[in-house]
Amino acid sequence: MNPVDAREAITLAHFAEWARVVASLARRFGDLDVAEEAAAEAFATAVERWPVDGVPPNPGAWLTTTANRRAIDRIRREHKRLDKHREAMLLTDDTPPEPLGAIDDDRLRLIFTCCHPALAMEARVALTLRLVGGLTVPEIARGFLVQEPAMARRITRAKGKIAAARIPYRVPSAQDLPARITGVLAVLYLVFNEGYLATGPDTDPVRADLTAEAIRLTRLIRMLLPGDGEVAGLLALMLLTEARRPARVSTAGELVPLGEQDRGLWSEALIDEGHRLVRERLASGVAPGRYQLLAAVNAVHTDARDARDTDWSQVVALYDQLVRLDRSPIVALNRAIAVAELDGPDAALPIIDRLESALQGYHAFHATRAELLRRLGRPGESREAYDRAIALAGNSAEIAYLAHRRDDLD
Amino acid sequence: MQYLVSVIDDKTDSGTEEEMVAIRAFNERLRAGGHWVFAAGLAAPETSTVIDARGEEPVFTDGPFVESKEHMAGLWIIEAPDLDVALELMTAGSKACNRRLEVRPLLFV
Repeated sequence: MNPVDAREAITLAHFAEWARVVASLARRFGDLDVAEEAAAEAFATAVERWPVDGVPPNPGAWLTTTANRRAIDRIRREHKRLDKHREAMLLTDDTPPEPLGAIDDDRLRLIFTCCHPALAMEARVALTLRLVGGLTVPEIARGFLVQEPAMARRITRAKGKIAAARIPYRVPSAQDLPARITGVLAVLYLVFNEGYLATGPDTDPVRADLTAEAIRLTRLIRMLLPGDGEVAGLLALMLLTEARRPARVSTAGELVPLGEQDRGLWSEALIDEGHRLVRERLASGVAPGRYQLLAAVNAVHTDARDARDTDWSQVVALYDQLVRLDRSPIVALNRAIAVAELDGPDAALPIIDRLESALQGYHAFHATRAELLRRLGRPGESREAYDRAIALAGNSAEIAYLAHRRDDLD
Repeated sequence: MQYLVSVIDDKTDSGTEEEMVAIRAFNERLRAGGHWVFAAGLAAPETSTVIDARGEEPVFTDGPFVESKEHMAGLWIIEAPDLDVALELMTAGSKACNRRLEVRPLLFV
């Protein structure tokens, strides 16, 4: 066996099978800790065995069987006096291979458990990336600029709460499902945004590993819940945003705003896929939710081959719809940015000024004001607004861009 | 599985007649569903006494044992198969008593 081929097979199996192995173990043993550790051991065993013995014909089945044995070993070790009946049950419970639908349900159960609303948001993010995404603790810690032991504690604590408070391992009832799906999507969108607009002075402005993982997990959920409009909407939103990543940071490390990006660098494949999803949702005739509307805004942007061709009236119309669903001042700010393009900065500035009390701690509020004041020929006030935006911004490329814009005022 | 549900309040003796009616109706629902174990309102935290009998002589001090702006004004102990059921039940409980609630698993009974 060529060790390179074996390594590649393990990488592929990790992508394809990790969540499935963890999910089926979690169902069988009712313990996420056992499931995670046994899955990790099974993959470690594959790393040892596959280069020597060859890649098994069905890697997923091999990993599940190996992980099951490891889990039973661990349970035996921990309950040295495991009663004979239960031990026999564990040993003989060689349930025949699950039909596909049931396996998918396992992964959905796992996702809903990791994103349970009784867990803190940061715990949901960490658990989802570890148990569903299969990222290692050091990878997750790096992604969120947290020390490894702190991230490990966060995950351990969340698993402890799931066990102690008996957070159930199941797909929520039809009545709770929409709200719980919204909760799952919020976790994935947070992971994506942390990758897309990474914070921290000494970090890459874009962390592509996080955006890629968020897209991969959203694709998985889309496969499991193909009829859900907001799942499709979030996937489209991520794809249309990710498509612009190659044009988003200049070689000098400065953020390049949408209007100035080299649109030839955008990924056509991702744009096509995103547009297909947006069209599919439009054709459904069902009223769009928040993510679908944001995806539609991004579809308008990526439709324009030149920034000057952007259909701003369409963007404003979409934000008008979004404002009705989401009263957040950030949505109102983004709407005002579109109004500035459609009706001019003098129309947008009063709208933005009304948001000051809600958004004075948000860098994008000051950056937007600075830009409008610059266009209105008020450089003194514009400079002040840039200074406040720079003081509040966390992304290194964005700070570089804002400083450059400010210095251009001279 | 049993859960302790604490009623969080920042005032004492603040329950209204309307709330009491809603709580009684809610308790009936708990009983009918087999979720009822126990419930009670608590007197003001200042009425509590702390005992420390770890030494030779027991020591009594005027409570409460932690001073805080908010306190536990009442409690339920409920029986539920898992946290989702407990949260769904006590969402109605929070509406009934018009207070925030904390749901915490009991270790083992």
